[in-house]
Amino acid sequence: MQSSNGRSHGVGDGFESSAEQRGVHAAPARDVRYDDPWHDALATGWGEPDDTGTPAPAVPSPRGERSTAAVRALDVYVEVQRSAAFQQVRGRYRRFVIPGAAVFLVWYVGYVVTATSAPGLMARPVAGAVNVGMLAGLGQFLSTFLLTWAYSRHARVRRDRAALELRWDTQELTRGARGGAS
Amino acid sequence: MTGDHQTLALLLFSGFVAVTLMITTWVSRRRHGSAEEFYAGGRLFSPMENGFAIAGDYLSAASFLGATGMIALYGYDGLLYVVGFLVAWLVVLFVVAELVRNCGRFTLADVVAARMSERPVRIAAGTSSVTVSVLYLVAQMVGAGSLVALLLGRTGEAAQAWTVIGVGALMVIYVSLGGMRATTWIQIVKAALLLGGTIALTVLVLVRFHGDVGRLLLTAAERSGHGKAFLAPGLKYGGSWTARFDFISLGLALVLGTAGLPHILSRFYTVPTARAARRSTVWSIGLIGGFYLMTIVLGFGATAIVGPEAMRASNAAGNTAMPLLALDLGGGPGSTGGTVLFAVVAAVAFATILAVVAGITLASSASVAHDLYASLRRSRGRARSEVTVARFAAVGIGVVAIALGLLARDMNVAFLVGLAFAVAASANLPVLLYSLFWRGFTTRGAVWAVYGGLVPALALVLLSPVVSGSPDSLFPAVDFQYFPLQNPGIVSIPLGFLAGWLGTVTSDEVADQAKYAETEVRSLTGAGAV
Repeated sequence: MQSSNGRSHGVGDGFESSAEQRGVHAAPARDVRYDDPWHDALATGWGEPDDTGTPAPAVPSPRGERSTAAVRALDVYVEVQRSAAFQQVRGRYRRFVIPGAAVFLVWYVGYVVTATSAPGLMARPVAGAVNVGMLAGLGQFLSTFLLTWAYSRHARVRRDRAALELRWDTQELTRGARGGAS
Repeated sequence: MTGDHQTLALLLFSGFVAVTLMITTWVSRRRHGSAEEFYAGGRLFSPMENGFAIAGDYLSAASFLGATGMIALYGYDGLLYVVGFLVAWLVVLFVVAELVRNCGRFTLADVVAARMSERPVRIAAGTSSVTVSVLYLVAQMVGAGSLVALLLGRTGEAAQAWTVIGVGALMVIYVSLGGMRATTWIQIVKAALLLGGTIALTVLVLVRFHGDVGRLLLTAAERSGHGKAFLAPGLKYGGSWTARFDFISLGLALVLGTAGLPHILSRFYTVPTARAARRSTVWSIGLIGGFYLMTIVLGFGATAIVGPEAMRASNAAGNTAMPLLALDLGGGPGSTGGTVLFAVVAAVAFATILAVVAGITLASSASVAHDLYASLRRSRGRARSEVTVARFAAVGIGVVAIALGLLARDMNVAFLVGLAFAVAASANLPVLLYSLFWRGFTTRGAVWAVYGGLVPALALVLLSPVVSGSPDSLFPAVDFQYFPLQNPGIVSIPLGFLAGWLGTVTSDEVADQAKYAETEVRSLTGAGAV
């Protein structure tokens, strides 16, 4: 952990600033077109495994003795977690996802259980070749598409901007915490 | 099936293999050998590209041939089976795509290990990921072997074995030379081919019935010999209560398992942000949903146009419904149209298998190198050496998959796929959800959640009628069958959640609140995401 922090201080600036540029470009334009993915000029300068400014979780590191810088960076996360702005983002996410997931899981399990235990009900004709089971099956497709649309709209309208601001603020703070320590 | 079909199918398929190998060489010439590039393709794919790649990764031959065949033979029960594969994507969209993209780097274990004591958690999550991948891989290999027999008329055991070896060799080449970038492009090309082929056939079926879906359904019901019962549940999953519970178990495994499939999770790391991960999921839900809607039309179309007798005569499980339908739609055997359409369907089926196995091999080699090797060796190698390990791991997994594919040649593909989903839902999903949302979750809880789902799932299969005690089982001579269901999901998924909870409440370790704060903030805002 110590070593990755030490390294991150030197190259961290490069990462943050390039990341911030991306953010600036990404925020206003809804449809970000990246360059030809074959061409990886950006990839080399951005996100190289060891250059990231975060406490990289991937490299197995001896746990326990945390450096002061890392502790301060963690404090930043606790602070952000307690902030009203974050609580709002989290609340909005949970208030959508928990009822939404409950609805589609109950609807799907109910559908499967009814179809297997009460096939007679599903076979009841509605119009022509269409019976209750057909309607329920197509209803599953329809509800999946509708919930997908609702979720992405909710996330775009109610969460994205606040989350993006929190992201930059948090990264700014963690960088400050690390910089101050070393 | 005459020689014409086979020659043309082989030509088209060779064309696909040539294109994919070109992609692989092109990509491997420009590689830098960084882990970022090998596992995540540089993380610069656009949402649309990734959406197509996810669809290409997810829609296996089991969907393309198996689901259509199931609808063609069992009518409504086939539809019931297909629905689970789509609804599962809501779990992925709601709780996995964005959060995992924000927290992890390459694998599932990254997300969990960020909060916990790394070594045990990484070994546990790595083991379960590799198990799921190998099960899924074997299913695809077995499918590939039997496809050759079905589509090319080469029924010999040798032809089947050589197909398995050939598919294994190709997937190892794609993955170890091209990494994620080659794999992604192969999946995109495959998704485009698959959807193009499916759209063309669906249009032809609808044109045949003058766009009247009601008449299509009624004709199918009439021709199936079951009448109206064909359009209602019960033909396959009705009957005994064991069969019904088996289906409920399978349905649960499908819906909850997709979010725990390692090769699906790793796809979200190929886009730059969580927003892009979300948009690629939306793309893939559209593509996958559209695809399954079309398979319903094609399945009922196959019953109405080809008829169940011809399908059963060709393959008892209905796996040839789609190619037979293509043959008929093109003008019947001997006609140019029929030959071309049949060959296209056969080639698309092969392309499907190749793209899917490449994705799984890549994900499992990432688990081996990034989680297992890195934790067990405890040497802090440079990123380049980890990629080298991953390339070798891909070769090793290829060899294991070929060997198991040859051994499991006679096993039911749909069962193997259902099993992979059940293990993913029991071992991977609980630990993922607990680490993302449970403040008090501890290391012991994480390890228990993984093994508490993985071990019961595998043990229940060993005790199930699949392995022993019935004429169709693997060892029909012996009988140690104590669990009546084929799919363990209904028992092992709750056990996974229970074990995670139990491990957490019994451990004296106090969850690190600061680490949880980090996970929560990072998962929802993307702060510090790579």
